Amino acid sequence: MAASPVGMKRFYGLLAAVAVVGIGLLGYQLSKPATVSIPANVQVGVKDTAGFHGYVKGVASAPVEITEYADYQCPFCQTFATLQMPTIEERLIKTGRLRWRYRDFPLQQHPFSRVAAHSAACADDQGKYWDQHQKIYDGQAEWAAARDAAPIFRQYAQANGLDLAKYDACMSGGIHAGRIQASYEEAVRVGVSSTPTLLVGGRLYQGRLDSDAITRLVDSLAPKTTSAK
Amino acid sequence: MIYRMGAALTSLLGLFVSAYLYLYKIGRIGTLACGSGDCETVQTSPWSRFLGVDVALIGLLGYAVLLVVALLALRSSQVERRPPALLLTGLAAGGVLFTAYLTYLELFVLHAICRWCVGSAAMIVTILILGLLELRRLRAGLA
Repeated sequence: MAASPVGMKRFYGLLAAVAVVGIGLLGYQLSKPATVSIPANVQVGVKDTAGFHGYVKGVASAPVEITEYADYQCPFCQTFATLQMPTIEERLIKTGRLRWRYRDFPLQQHPFSRVAAHSAACADDQGKYWDQHQKIYDGQAEWAAARDAAPIFRQYAQANGLDLAKYDACMSGGIHAGRIQASYEEAVRVGVSSTPTLLVGGRLYQGRLDSDAITRLVDSLAPKTTSAK
Repeated sequence: MIYRMGAALTSLLGLFVSAYLYLYKIGRIGTLACGSGDCETVQTSPWSRFLGVDVALIGLLGYAVLLVVALLALRSSQVERRPPALLLTGLAAGGVLFTAYLTYLELFVLHAICRWCVGSAAMIVTILILGLLELRRLRAGLA
C-alpha cells in the first residue's frame, strides 16, 4: 500500500536529518587538526648526536660504506628505495661488501618528510627501523596525498608489530626531532643540496645512480676477490 | 512501503559508517573511535583490502547502490512492483555473504573484532530482512 504524501514527507525529512547529522559528524572528524607535527630548526642537543650517526645496514667489516642522504617524501628517493635498494642489498650489503648508512635530509617543500623520518626513528626505538622505513617508502603515493600522513604511518607501525602506546608517546613527544635536524645539518655541512645524494669515500654523488652503477662503484673501490681456479 | 523506507534509512547509516572507515583508511581521520582498539587491527590488516580494493570503499559503494535502489523503489510508480524489491534483496544478500566472509576473518584469522564492522554487519542483515519482508508482503498482496 502506498504511503500518504504526508508520510513520505516525514520519511524524506527523517532521511535528510540523518544525512545532515552524518555529514556533520564526518566533517567534524575531517576538520580536526593534524595529529602530529615535527618541528624543523629545533636546537640539536648532545643526545641527538651522541652515539648516533644514522641508521646502518650491513656488517662493520664491509670495505665500502655509502651514506645516503634522503627524504621520505622525495619521489626519486622512493624509486631508489623500492627499485634499486633490493638489488643493492642482495648483491652488496648481504655479501658483506657494502655497509649502508641512511641519513635524513627532509626538504622544506615536503610537509610530511619530518613526520615520516620521525615515525621511522620511533620504530628504531623498538628495533623495527628498516621495516618502517620500507613501509613508508612503499606507501609514499598513499600518504603523500593525504591531509595528514601521521595516521597512515601509525597504521604502518601497527602492521610492523610495534607497541603502539610507546610509538604514540614517541611521536607526540617529538623526541627525535633533534636527531632529524642534526642529520639535516650534517648533510648541509657536507654539501648535500638535493635528494637522494650518496656520499662515497668523501665524494658526493647526486642524481639517480642505479644498482649497477653502485655495484661498479663498489667494485672500483674494493675489487671483489675471486678464488683462482 | 515501510520496509523500503527502513532499507533506505539503514543504507544511509551504512553509507556513513563505511565512509568513516574509508576516511580513516586513506589517512583523512586520525584515529578510529573504537573502545577496544581492535578496529585499527582490522583496518590495518592485509584483509582490509579485497582484490586490491579497500573493503571500506567496497562497503561505501555497496551502501550507496542500496540507498539508490531503495529510494527508486519508493517512487510511486515502483512501490507496488516486485522487481525493485527483488533487486534490493538480492544486493543485500550479496552484501550479507561478503560480510559473513569478513566476519569469519575477524573471528578466526585476525582474532579481532571491529565494532564498526559489527555495526555494518547488523545493518546489511537488517536490509536483507526488510527486503525479504517486503517480498513476502508483495506476495501476500498478489495472492
